[in-house]
Amino acid sequence: MAQVTLNALRKIYPNGYEAVKPASFTIEKGEFVVLVGPSGCGKSTMLRLIAGLEDITDGVLHIGERVVNSIDPADRDIAMVFQNYALYPHMTVRKNIGYGLKNRKIAKDIIHQKVEEAAHLLNLTDYLDRKPSQLSGGQRQRVAMGRAIVRDPLLFLFDEPLSNLDAKLRNQMRIEIKALQRRLGVTSVYVTHDQVEAMTMADRIIVMNGGQIEQIGTPSEVYHFPASTFVASFMGAPAMNLLDASVEQGAVVLGGQTIAALAGHGPVTVGIRPEDIVPDAHGDHAIEVTLIEELGAHRILHAIWAGQPVMVSVAKDVVAAVGPLRVAIKAAALSFFDPRTGRRL
Amino acid sequence: MMRREWIYAWLLVLPAFVFLITFTHLPAVEALVNSVWTTAKGRRPSMFVGLGNYQKMLQDPIFIKAMINSGLYAALTVPTSIALALAMALLVHRPFKGVAAMRMAYFTPTVLPLVAVANIWLFFYAPGFGLIDQIRQFFGFASANYAGQPDTALYSVAVVTIWKEAGFFMIFFLAALQTVPETLREAAAIEGCSKWTFFRRVTLPLIMPTTLFVSVNAVINAFRLVDHVFVMTKGGPDNASMLLLYYIFETGFRYWDTAYAAALTVVLILILSLAGLGQFYAADKRVHYK
Repeated sequence: MAQVTLNALRKIYPNGYEAVKPASFTIEKGEFVVLVGPSGCGKSTMLRLIAGLEDITDGVLHIGERVVNSIDPADRDIAMVFQNYALYPHMTVRKNIGYGLKNRKIAKDIIHQKVEEAAHLLNLTDYLDRKPSQLSGGQRQRVAMGRAIVRDPLLFLFDEPLSNLDAKLRNQMRIEIKALQRRLGVTSVYVTHDQVEAMTMADRIIVMNGGQIEQIGTPSEVYHFPASTFVASFMGAPAMNLLDASVEQGAVVLGGQTIAALAGHGPVTVGIRPEDIVPDAHGDHAIEVTLIEELGAHRILHAIWAGQPVMVSVAKDVVAAVGPLRVAIKAAALSFFDPRTGRRL
Repeated sequence: MMRREWIYAWLLVLPAFVFLITFTHLPAVEALVNSVWTTAKGRRPSMFVGLGNYQKMLQDPIFIKAMINSGLYAALTVPTSIALALAMALLVHRPFKGVAAMRMAYFTPTVLPLVAVANIWLFFYAPGFGLIDQIRQFFGFASANYAGQPDTALYSVAVVTIWKEAGFFMIFFLAALQTVPETLREAAAIEGCSKWTFFRRVTLPLIMPTTLFVSVNAVINAFRLVDHVFVMTKGGPDNASMLLLYYIFETGFRYWDTAYAAALTVVLILILSLAGLGQFYAADKRVHYK
């Protein structure tokens, strides 16, 4: 278990592309941090910088007490789970899990014991003598996990480990990985493009976009107080509604109606989560529902509010129909952004 | 209805079948048959001798010499060309500036006809003014006639084969190396696996199917490719570079002892079949097919 500190860590590729703009943050001992963002946002590069698979252009990286900038991946005392699992196809599960220990010249009986323990923990005991090609996707995923935990590293790195699994298995493995990390208490960095994975697994989320960190916070902070319109629209499904409004004499005005108080003057982007717009016969605002998406537990109403599209999420027992609808908004749940920079006001 | 489909089926395979039988199966059977008869001469018709031709081989010093030479030749060319091919593939399988030119340079000997290659090497070996002799003379060594001396002729011929074959086999290894996923290398790097260990424990096992394929081909070629012997040494001097297939040619088409040549051919085919089967059998347990 170790603390990981990044100080102005930066990656520029030889062709001049800046994949990671100077990034600074600290991951506490035992913390589960998820790097999330769209493809090409630099999250995988960030992970590979920590792993030592990419050279650091600038900045300082600490793992535990050591500066590891120029230390080989093998000597950083880390373990990594790859998207395609990177299992050795010609070796049995037992050999795959024990390979890292064997390379470190650990005694055979200790390897045997550690592999058995890891296999027991991951329900792989019956599959130890099979080859990866004889396993299902979920089992391969577990072997990759086993290979990581058997080494007892300072730090776990996960590079989109669930993206090759089907939806059902993904949900199951998500819980298993989280539970395992809790039990072992190893500091973990997890990369994903799936915001649901990020929300459900993380102690803290780091949202990245265009090589830059947009926001660092707990899932709740990131969800309720997005730092930018990018975070607001990336986190949460359906995404936060972003509406153009204006601030006039200390009030936010949308479609001629005041919806909240805000100091300043000029245009503003109002962010409101779909579940914070509530159908209410006595509500102050009128919207026009154009389409209803049935999701079972709840419904998404697609509507027009003051000429702008909005989504409203309602519970399954709320009666809704296409046509005009009166709604109320939870004023405390509103976010305001500068329309020019996209940053939170 | 069934009958009709069967007729169609037979008609469809007929052309291929006719050619295969006429030019492959019939000659093979005929060779087998001929090998147990004597060659017909003007004054003496062909007569049945059973295994006589085969017994004759055991007393034929040139045959024994050719067998030893062929074995030595295979033992020299097969491992060397495979090792060289793998080494070249490892050198050029990652992109760097000029990699395409480098790959082409390695591959060039393959596209040249073997007879042309033999002529090039004949120049290299030529005593007095050949490339090798010029280098030797530059360093003050005496002139040497590699292809013309009994103790070096076979090696001179073997070197040409290796030079020609390594580039061809490299292509297969190159393709195989590209299929080893990069993430395996990265996973191994994190697990503290040295480059050499990774090559030995991961890369080599993963490209084993290719190695097997290449080695079967190399063995077959070692017995099959003798074009350069015609150009360079003609099996000489004093049968020093006599290979089995060249001996078959000499027996059959220079001395017109076709029956004996047929028997020799049967032996050659037997050796090749056994070598091929043996390789598949021996390697089967160590080859990991994906």
